[in-house]
Amino acid sequence: MPYITKSPWIIHYDGSSCNGCDIEVLACLTPMYDVERFGIINTGNPKHADIFLVTGSVNEQNISVIKQIYEQMPRPKVVVAVGICATSGGVFRECYNIMGGIDTVIPVDVYVPGCAARPEAIIDGVVKGLGVLAEKRGRLPAELAEEAAARRAAEREDDDPEAVMTFEVSEDAGDGKGGA
Amino acid sequence: MGIIAFLVLFPFVVALALLLIRNDRGRGVLVTAGSIVIAAASIYAAASFFSGGAAYFDVNEAYEPLSELIGYAMMAIEIALAVVIFVLGVRHRQPLACVLAAAQTPLMVWFELSEGEGIEIASALYIDQLSIIMALIIGIIGTLICVYALGYMKDFQRHSHGEPDRRPWFFFLLFLFLAAMYGIVFSNDLVWMFFFWEITTLCSFFLIGFTRTEEAVRNSFRALVMNLLGGLGFVGAIIYLGKNFGMLELGTILEFASQPEYKGYFTIPLALLAFAGITKAAQMPFNSWLLGAMVAPTPTSALLHSSTMVKAGVFLILKLSPAIGGTWTGTMTTLVGGITFLMASFAAVSQSNAKRVLAYSTVANLGLIVACAGTGLEGAVWAATMLIIFHAVTKSLLFLCVGTAEHNIGSRDIEDMDGLFGRMPRLAAFMITGISAMYLAPFGMLLSKWAALESLILASNPLIVLLVIFGSSVTLFYWGKWLGKMAAIVGGQENIQGRVHVEEWASLGALVALVAAACLSFPTLSNRVVVPYIMDAFAASGSGDVLEKTLSNDNMVIMSVMVAIIILLPLLFYGRTNRKIVPIYLSGAGLDDGRSYTGSMQKKTEFKLRNWYMETYFAERRMNAIGVVATCAVLAFILAMVLGGVIAS
Amino acid sequence: MTANGINVAAALSVVAYIVLAPFVGGLLAGIDRRISARMQGRFGPPLLQPFYDVLKLLEKEPVTVNRGQDFYVACCLIFMMVTGALFFAGMSLLLVIFTLTTASVFLVVAAYSSNSPYAQVGAERELLQMMAYEPMVLIAAVGLYLVSGRSFGISDIIGSPAVGVVYLPGIFIGFLFILTIKLRKSPFDLSMSHHAHQELVKGLTTEFSGKTLAILEISHWYENVFLLGFVFLFFANGTPLMAVVGVAVCLIAYFLEVFIDNVNARMKWQFALNSSWIVALVFGATNMMVVYFASVSGWGVQ
Repeated sequence: MPYITKSPWIIHYDGSSCNGCDIEVLACLTPMYDVERFGIINTGNPKHADIFLVTGSVNEQNISVIKQIYEQMPRPKVVVAVGICATSGGVFRECYNIMGGIDTVIPVDVYVPGCAARPEAIIDGVVKGLGVLAEKRGRLPAELAEEAAARRAAEREDDDPEAVMTFEVSEDAGDGKGGA
Repeated sequence: MGIIAFLVLFPFVVALALLLIRNDRGRGVLVTAGSIVIAAASIYAAASFFSGGAAYFDVNEAYEPLSELIGYAMMAIEIALAVVIFVLGVRHRQPLACVLAAAQTPLMVWFELSEGEGIEIASALYIDQLSIIMALIIGIIGTLICVYALGYMKDFQRHSHGEPDRRPWFFFLLFLFLAAMYGIVFSNDLVWMFFFWEITTLCSFFLIGFTRTEEAVRNSFRALVMNLLGGLGFVGAIIYLGKNFGMLELGTILEFASQPEYKGYFTIPLALLAFAGITKAAQMPFNSWLLGAMVAPTPTSALLHSSTMVKAGVFLILKLSPAIGGTWTGTMTTLVGGITFLMASFAAVSQSNAKRVLAYSTVANLGLIVACAGTGLEGAVWAATMLIIFHAVTKSLLFLCVGTAEHNIGSRDIEDMDGLFGRMPRLAAFMITGISAMYLAPFGMLLSKWAALESLILASNPLIVLLVIFGSSVTLFYWGKWLGKMAAIVGGQENIQGRVHVEEWASLGALVALVAAACLSFPTLSNRVVVPYIMDAFAASGSGDVLEKTLSNDNMVIMSVMVAIIILLPLLFYGRTNRKIVPIYLSGAGLDDGRSYTGSMQKKTEFKLRNWYMETYFAERRMNAIGVVATCAVLAFILAMVLGGVIAS
Repeated sequence: MTANGINVAAALSVVAYIVLAPFVGGLLAGIDRRISARMQGRFGPPLLQPFYDVLKLLEKEPVTVNRGQDFYVACCLIFMMVTGALFFAGMSLLLVIFTLTTASVFLVVAAYSSNSPYAQVGAERELLQMMAYEPMVLIAAVGLYLVSGRSFGISDIIGSPAVGVVYLPGIFIGFLFILTIKLRKSPFDLSMSHHAHQELVKGLTTEFSGKTLAILEISHWYENVFLLGFVFLFFANGTPLMAVVGVAVCLIAYFLEVFIDNVNARMKWQFALNSSWIVALVFGATNMMVVYFASVSGWGVQ
């Protein structure tokens, strides 16, 4: 069993929501539920996180933020969508500014339903995510080797060694002139 | 002895020649060739006198017909300089400068014509390990700065539109300065030493006022007044010694004054000489002249701070050390040095102007040297000598780096050096080297500071230990934040270091190599150079075993090994990564240039990172005020008691 | 013991430190988290959780924000190991303190090099903390020097018959105070803390990920063991009895720090600087002066 399942660190992001699920996520940290039992830590930093816990739905404003946080998490990583808004948009689904659930922007691995999702359900979702994490961890070395080979090939072709990962910025960013 | 006369006279000849040459090409050739000759001659002098211990030279005998003439020539020059100061003082309405010039020179002339006539000087020149060290510092670092100035002054001239080209004057002053410094470190005759001492005062006065702006003139007069005040102390000491003991040879004086049974007789002149040293070493309350000197072109600052001027001050105090140790003068010197170290370090925190940070750091380090010298303990003097060496190399490197940065990015403010690592990578690497060498283990400065701390604990003054402890903690902070700024890698920077003149690179590169070499050879430097000097200097007063009072050899070797590692590590591994490079975290709103984010109203907003200056704690004005009041109190109290004859030793 | 015997003993303790310190440090961190959880009425993670964390970090995808950062962090670890090694080899205490400073500066530079706002805030606060604790650390060194027959050598301090804490109670209290800063405990967990993520994300370590963060974590373990070794110096006098007492006090001190961590909120940086300098002056400097003049006048010590 890979160590990642024993030490899943979480970054929590709350999109468009009523903050109900948000509060329930915090409840998980309290002595009542004590998720640290599983080695879970709420980091608040994508670069340290293994699990992206999203509550609330996606809107025009936060679409790029969600994407960027996701991209800044080093692999292996899983996304857990918590609450009905995160899974499908929920009651906000028909609003003019709502895109829908998190899976409209980034791939979601675990869906936790509920309005608001209960702490037990959230913990259950995270623990389900551990299975996905373990699986992804298994695939990682092969993926990395493949990418390294591709990078080397690209470097041989042109002389630019700066393989900078860029993240896409939505069209609306940068006062409507097509980003920066 | 020929080589010593050569070292004093040759830079002077070069200086005169430079005054006449008006084209860039000729100046370049002359400065470079002159520098090489001076450096080579210094090394030759060091090599030939190195193992011999102190050697004294009888100028009268060697140059029989000339000796009279030399004395009168010096006197004539002194009078001429006094007249120049007086006239300039009147023109710029600086009464204090006039008064001091009018007081000092007539006194000196009167003395030389009356009492001085009768005093036989057996040997006017000498050389010992300390003067060798100083000669090497002047000859190598000083000349590197002159070479650097070639490139720098081209830019300087270009930036000062419409100003007449006064570069011949500038280079004349630089080389004259070197000549005078050699004079100071080789003179055994105090009258000679005073002559050269005054020349350095004058040179720095003209160099500081070089740009002739209102601020420059004001600051140059401040430097002049403070140094003339010290000069007055020097004159007082000479007259006292001449009148009472008929003694004007430094070597003889120190030999007597170091012996416990004679110490009491020399209290007054030594206190006056220490006072002169304190003014020249820019200790509080006189530190403001060195800060004011920052208006001058950067090579001037580098020269004043590293190899000349202030080093003359600490050189004198260091020479006196065996004699003033354990006396009230020693206590005064130690206290002034310690307080200066603390308050100048505090003040440095609040500075964002790179040159002012360097200036306060110089004042602080000189304070530490002065404090060590005041204790008169072998270990402390050992540490002080080491500090002089490492401070000279490192500080000149840093000043020159800042000068180059200033000309290429248009600012000397540390906050404007954002992303220097991308814009001028080599320069940033040099600065990182310099800054680390100033305050981190395992480099020489830190090692010397460590030794200083150890030996100050031995001196019977725990207060000084506290001053040093708090001072060095703060040192950590102000260097750390600058170091961090230099190491920051900001995206999207254009590399502009191709614009730097080749002379500048040559000097900077040589200085970096010197820093590394000096740090690596720390144990050798100690055992072969500094320890023999201490043994000689403390032959009369010391307890003999110098080696036991310095850092143990094991420690020095460990540090040298660490230096080697710390040099090798970045050369081998820095920048070698096969990891994917990703942008920094900006709360999910970062843009891919790494310097901006999507702000409110979806607007691209650039962020700026600024360091802490902690004005509420370390406001410059307040730190200076406290330091000046405290040191004035110490100086006034002890000097008054000593001069009033209340304390005999 | 012959000189050779001492060398062998020193070499052994250095090797022991290099090999064992990460395990001891990690275990201490595990105990810390467990005790903290219990103090908060929680069950807490497994005892070996810190090891799981580090092993996990080593498994993560290797990414970095620039070409320099990993180098600086690796240097931080190397110099931290050197610090401890010199300490356990019985070298000069000042040498050890200065090497520790170098290690810490590497960490700060690593954070600065990313040019990230959060890392910069952390770095700046870390520098501030260094400025805050450094006087007390140096005063402690001077105090130990004065009571151990005037030597900074750690082997001399351990071997000297005087039990440091008897003469240096003030300095010991002062050292415990700044130990809170060094162990990054509340109220002084200013520069990097999971709990402060709303104000500075993860401060100093914001831009470290995967292996880099693992290396940093390991270097903290090394550091913590060394710091407890410093506490031990106050009790050692070369006898087995005091050695046992010393180790016991180290553990108590660690527990005390965990306790302090749990009963305090994070304070502003001004408090860190003011309080540690005041403590250094009131407890440290006063105690140093007393010992100093006592030893000069030949009373008490030696």
